[in-house]
This record gives sequence, C-alpha cells and structure tokens, in this order.
Amino acid sequence: MIAPIAQEPVIPEFERASECIRENRQFCFDWFVDNFDREFAPRLLEHIELTAIAVGIGFAISFTAALIAYTRGWFETPFALLAAFLYTIPSLAFFQLMVPITGLTVTSAEIALVSYTLLILFRNTLTGLREVPEDARVAARAMGLTQWQLLRRVELPLALPAIVAGIRIATVTTISLATVAAFIGVGGLGQPIFNAIQSGFKTEFVAAGLLAVLLALVADALLVLLQRVLTPWARARRA
Amino acid sequence: MTTAEREEPLSGGAAGLAFAEATKVYPGRKAPAVSNLTLEIPASEICVLIGPSGSGKTTAMQLVNRLIPLTAGDITIDGRSVKSLDETELRRGIGYVFQQIGLFPHMTVEGNIGTVPRLLGWPKERIRARAQELLELVGLDPEEDLPRYPSQFSGGQQQRIGVARAMAADQPLMLMDEPFGAVDPIARDRLQDDFLRLHAEVPKTVVFVTHDIDEAIKMGNRIAILRDGELVQYDTPDRILAEPANEFVADFVGADRGLKRLVVWELRDLQLDPVPPDGAVGPSLPDSTSLRDALSQMLVDGAEQLTVLDGDGRPKGTVALEAITGLIGPEKKRTVEV
Amino acid sequence: MQTFVDAIEFLFDNLGLIWDKTLEHLALSGAAVGVALVLAIPLGVWLGHLHRGSFLAINVSNVGRALPSLAVISIGLGVLGVGFLNVMVALVILAAPVMLTNAYVAVNQVDPDAVRAARGMGMRPLQTLLRVELPLALPLMFAGIRTAAVYVVATAPLAALAGGGGLGDVIVNQPTYGPEGVVAGSIAIAALAFATDGVFALLQHAVTPRGLRGRGEERLVEPRVDTAAA
Repeated sequence: MIAPIAQEPVIPEFERASECIRENRQFCFDWFVDNFDREFAPRLLEHIELTAIAVGIGFAISFTAALIAYTRGWFETPFALLAAFLYTIPSLAFFQLMVPITGLTVTSAEIALVSYTLLILFRNTLTGLREVPEDARVAARAMGLTQWQLLRRVELPLALPAIVAGIRIATVTTISLATVAAFIGVGGLGQPIFNAIQSGFKTEFVAAGLLAVLLALVADALLVLLQRVLTPWARARRA
Repeated sequence: MTTAEREEPLSGGAAGLAFAEATKVYPGRKAPAVSNLTLEIPASEICVLIGPSGSGKTTAMQLVNRLIPLTAGDITIDGRSVKSLDETELRRGIGYVFQQIGLFPHMTVEGNIGTVPRLLGWPKERIRARAQELLELVGLDPEEDLPRYPSQFSGGQQQRIGVARAMAADQPLMLMDEPFGAVDPIARDRLQDDFLRLHAEVPKTVVFVTHDIDEAIKMGNRIAILRDGELVQYDTPDRILAEPANEFVADFVGADRGLKRLVVWELRDLQLDPVPPDGAVGPSLPDSTSLRDALSQMLVDGAEQLTVLDGDGRPKGTVALEAITGLIGPEKKRTVEV
Repeated sequence: MQTFVDAIEFLFDNLGLIWDKTLEHLALSGAAVGVALVLAIPLGVWLGHLHRGSFLAINVSNVGRALPSLAVISIGLGVLGVGFLNVMVALVILAAPVMLTNAYVAVNQVDPDAVRAARGMGMRPLQTLLRVELPLALPLMFAGIRTAAVYVVATAPLAALAGGGGLGDVIVNQPTYGPEGVVAGSIAIAALAFATDGVFALLQHAVTPRGLRGRGEERLVEPRVDTAAA
C-alpha cells in the first residue's frame, strides 16, 4: 500500500515553484499559506471529525460499562481485559485488519479508534466513581437520597475530574492515532504525511506534523479548561 | 395506618422517640450488638447514649434511621414504627450528624444545606431563606459563607454547617454520632455551648452518642448508659452521678462523680442568702458560673462565702461554702435546695 | 480466525525474518530509550533534588503525552530527512517527557525526614543525593523508564514508514507479507512490548532497595487518573 520512501524527492508542480520548493527546504511558509485552504484545511476538519466521533462513541460505551461495573462488580474484569487487549494491538495493524471486514472506510478507522479509547475512559470513570469520599456517601444515604439521586447528585459530580481527565487523555491519544488512520485512506492530517512519504516533499512533512501537534495541544488545553470550569470547588482554598 | 399517613414525611416540631425491645444481632455473631433496648425519649429532649466501645451505642442510633436494619423489636417515632415508612422517606425526616461530617465537597454551603429541601420540592427562595436562617443559628455569616465551598472552612465550622444541614427540612428528630469528636478541645467546647444555645431556641428531639462522660453530663437532659448492647441505667445526669446503678456505672462516670455533679448546676439555680449591708463578701462570680467553678474559686481564695452577680454585674445574693458542698454530701448535710 | 492461524504459521515459517526484524526493532527502540535516559534522567533528578522547576517538569510530560507520534516523526523527517538517526530523534522526543517527569517527582517527593536526617548526620548534598535520595527515588523513576520503554517499542513500528526498519516493516507491507504477515508482525510487537514491560518490571524490582520492596511498587501508569494539570 505504501511504497518505501523515494530516493529522489518529487517536487510538486504547483503554480509558483519558488526557490524554496525547488530546493526542497524544510519548510516553505509561502507554499504553506497558499495551499492551506486546499490541502490542509479539509484534512484538519476530517481529523477533528474522526476524533470527535471516536471519543464520542468511545465515551458512550465506556461510561455505560463503568456504570454497570460500578453497580455489578463482576463486570469490571471482563470489560477491562477486553479493553486492554484492544489497546495493545498496534495501530497500523488494527487499521489494516479492519479493511477486509468493513472496507477502506471511515467505519474501519472508527472501529479501531473507538477501541483505543475504551481502556482509559472505562478506567478513569470507574476509579473516579470509586474514589468519591465515603463520608459524603454515608451522609447522602442518611439524608434520604435514593441510589439514583446519590449517583446523579453526589457521585457523578465528584467523579467528574477523573472522567474529564480520561476524556482528555483519550482525545489526545485519538488525535495521534487518527494520523495513522490515513494509512487506509480515510483522510485526516495523516494524509499529507503519507503523501510526503511518497514524494519526499519536506514542507508537507513539517506542515502536517505541526498542524497535528497544534491540534493535539489545543485540544488538551481546552479540555484542561473544561475540567476547571466543571469543578469550581476544587480550586477554592481555605481563606 | 392509612396510605396517606404512610406517605407523609416527618416534619416540623419535635418528635417523641421510643425503643421497644429493640434488638440487633449480626449474622454469624452470637452476642447481640443491641439487646432488648427499651427506653423512651420525650419530645424536645437531648438523650445521650454513652458506653465503652462495643457497647452498641452507635448501632442503637443507626437502628433509628434504619442505616442498620432491626433484627427484633421496634422503634417508634411519635408512635409510628420506623418500619412502617419507606426508608428514604423516613430518613428525610431525621437529621443526621456524624464525626466525619460528610459535607458534599462539590456543593456550596447553600447547596449542602438545601439538599433535603430540594428533594422535598421546596421552591428556591424558601430554601435560600431557610439556609440563611440556619447559618445564623449555627453562628456563621450567611452572606459570606453561603456561596463558599466546604474546603474553605475549618473542621469546627464544617460541623456547624453539618448541623444546619441536618435541620434544614425542620426534621423533628436529630441523630448525632460523636459529632464534635474530630475537633480540638477548645473548639469542641464552643460547639457544645453553641449547640445547647441552638437547642434552647429550636428544641428538636436529639439522640447524641458520645464516649466522653463529661460531654454527656454537659449535653444530656437524660443519659442512657449502655454496656455490651444492654441498657444499664437511664436517668438524668444528676441522678446517675448521685446514685450510679452499679459498680460499672460508678467506675464509668469516674471517681470524681461528686464533683462532676456540681457541673450540672449553676449559681443561679441556688437559693441565695441576702447580700450583707456592707457589700460583697468573698469572690464575686456571675450567676451563670457552674457550682464546680464556684467551689474551686472559693478554695483557691480560702473563702467561706461568695457573692453572686446578676446579668448586669450587680450583687444579688450570697452563698456559703457549706451550701455547695452540702449538695453532694449525704442528705442530712444539705442546707439548700436546687 | 483463519488469518490468525495463518499468522502463527507465518511466524514459524519465517523465524529468521521475524528475528532480524525484531533485532532491528530493539536496536532502534533501545537507542531511543538510551538517549532519552541520558537526557531526561539527570535533568529530572537534578531539578527534583533542588526542588525547583516543578511547573516545567510536571507539564512537560503533559505536553509530551499529547504529542501525536506520527506527527513528531513526520516533522523529524521534514527537518532532518530520512534515516535511522532521524526516526530515533523523534522517538527520543516521545520518550523523554515521561522519564523527566517521573525522575523529577521521584526525587522531589523523597521523604524529607530522611533527607533532613542525612544532612543532620553531616552528609554533603552530593552524598545525600547519591546515598539517600536516589535509592529512595529509584522505584518511581524506574516506573517512568518502564512506561517510556514500552511506549517506544509500541510506537517504533511507525518508524517503518520512514524507512526505519524493524517489525513495522512487516506490518506496513501487506502486499509482500499478506494479512497473515500483518497479524504475525502485530503479535510479535505485542509480545515484544509485554516482554519489555516484564524485563523492566524485574529491573525495577531489582533496583528497589530491600527495605522498600513489597510495598506495592508505584507505577505512574499511562493512562493516569491525574487531575493535577497545567
């Protein structure tokens, strides 16, 4: 599917083959700006889409699983084992192995990406719930909260920091893995990288790489912010 | 019991509580944790459950709000068996305060206090007003403290909030399990005083568990001494100190029980002799001083009399040393009544 | 299922190939881990000893964890070109942050009473570091090295895309090795990752001072339930 790196870099024939391009320098800024809308912007959006879907579905599955494991302890081990197993499959292999089953489609990529989120989201949600302070639980029970009310009003809010931390790690990991997904042709920021592997065009390497790194760091920062917004009590300190 | 009665939550005023042969046996254990406990707590009284560890005092309390299920016997609140109500309904009518406090860290003080009212469907304004009222009652500042989070308060303050939370829905009964155990002695003293003041204003029925006999004497209208799950003596602090039922109780209350009795009364409880025309004699103490402190002062000063001051600091009478010592001595030596 | 069986066959039929590729893989991973070690550990230990730079030390791993591995390799390819060295640099960038943070936290959190006792006994700072802080910090520090090593071994397949060789070669060349090759390569990598984890776990146990053993040797596991953020 991917040929080994060409010995002679193949310089793209675009309108302005500037000196920078002809010499295949590391990063031609002008080329980047010119081609951003055509080459990179759609890839960026695809990447965000891939990530969002994966984390969304992964969270839905893991959250439900964690709630089940929280109330029925026996469920934890089988699910955790499954999630851990999926996590150890090397990404390149996972994507490829999906192809005969679901084709060269986004679905194949998503199945793999979702699988990778399960372990961290499940673990964090479950641990977050379990680490709710016992005395808060006792007080809630004694005050007359039902199991459901206890979960909704006390346990879940207090588990939020851990849950959001899990989402944060899952998102960042998914962004990273989604770059590899381009291996099976589903787009995203991995696409220009794989193109560059064929053509040896340095700017493409650097541009795509930088964009992916930026996306990951911005997502991470936004989620840290979200975590802070959702947990005002964690920042309040004794006067 | 009609369905309507069954569903009505406990609310308002103070409820009478009665244990009727209440028994709790843990599966796999031979000896009962609580054995045929029978006692009656009149409405608005503070009843202290005390005993050595393993005496079943905490278990007995937790039988009331069914945190622990009864094995045999019954417990009634205003005549209604605790078994007749749905568990959660029952608990919404009983305030619960315990040593670890258990404030919800993610809710503001207002949120914490308003937890049960919210469950009962109170409108927001009513909850806020109630929270303000209660915070003042427990000695905190509503405006500053309602929007704050528990982590911003000291242990003693947190427990005050805990008490406020336990009263928010005007529950007629309150269970307190070593509530002031986790704070330093000075803070504990203040908490006890403030709670007694609060109780004078809002006289709910309180079951109070402690292992500290001095706290029991200070807080309780009546004390129930438990041992190995059984009730040994149930009476007022003064009676228990004056006439312990057996050697165990005598040991438990301490060899200084004579002096401890003096803590129960204050100078204002005594019949006073008139102030002599030439002014105060001996040390002058406010009428709110405990007899124990008064005795101590007289011994320190080597005085045989002291002058009692009223609320404005003016002498209103005198008391002789023998009057105080006679109170705890044999009957015939008694010269005054309380 | 059939593919899986074929893959096992493949493994046995191609032991020589798998072995060669594994060695390449280990060479690349080992080099990356080694360089990262040399860069990150001394820095982390030094900062932890001085109890300075906590913001940097802790957040560098947050950032490092966020870096998309292929993207870093990609930037490396663009800036440095193709080749073993360049891929290795990318892997170093991915491995170092965890090591740095763990080394820092490990030394920083050494029981201050033990340090105070050492100073009180007349040990000079360097001696305190070598004889008291480092031994006590080793378990946690090693946990970081272990995590990083496993991460590198698991990420090194991407190096094959950049001509770096290793077991990734087998995985990316489905036309040549067929799906059974892909699965075989994956099994090999997973096995290698577990083995790496196991070896480092043994090493971690071996370097833990006897008095600290069996206390549930700590592991800053990725994924981490960590709310201490930037």
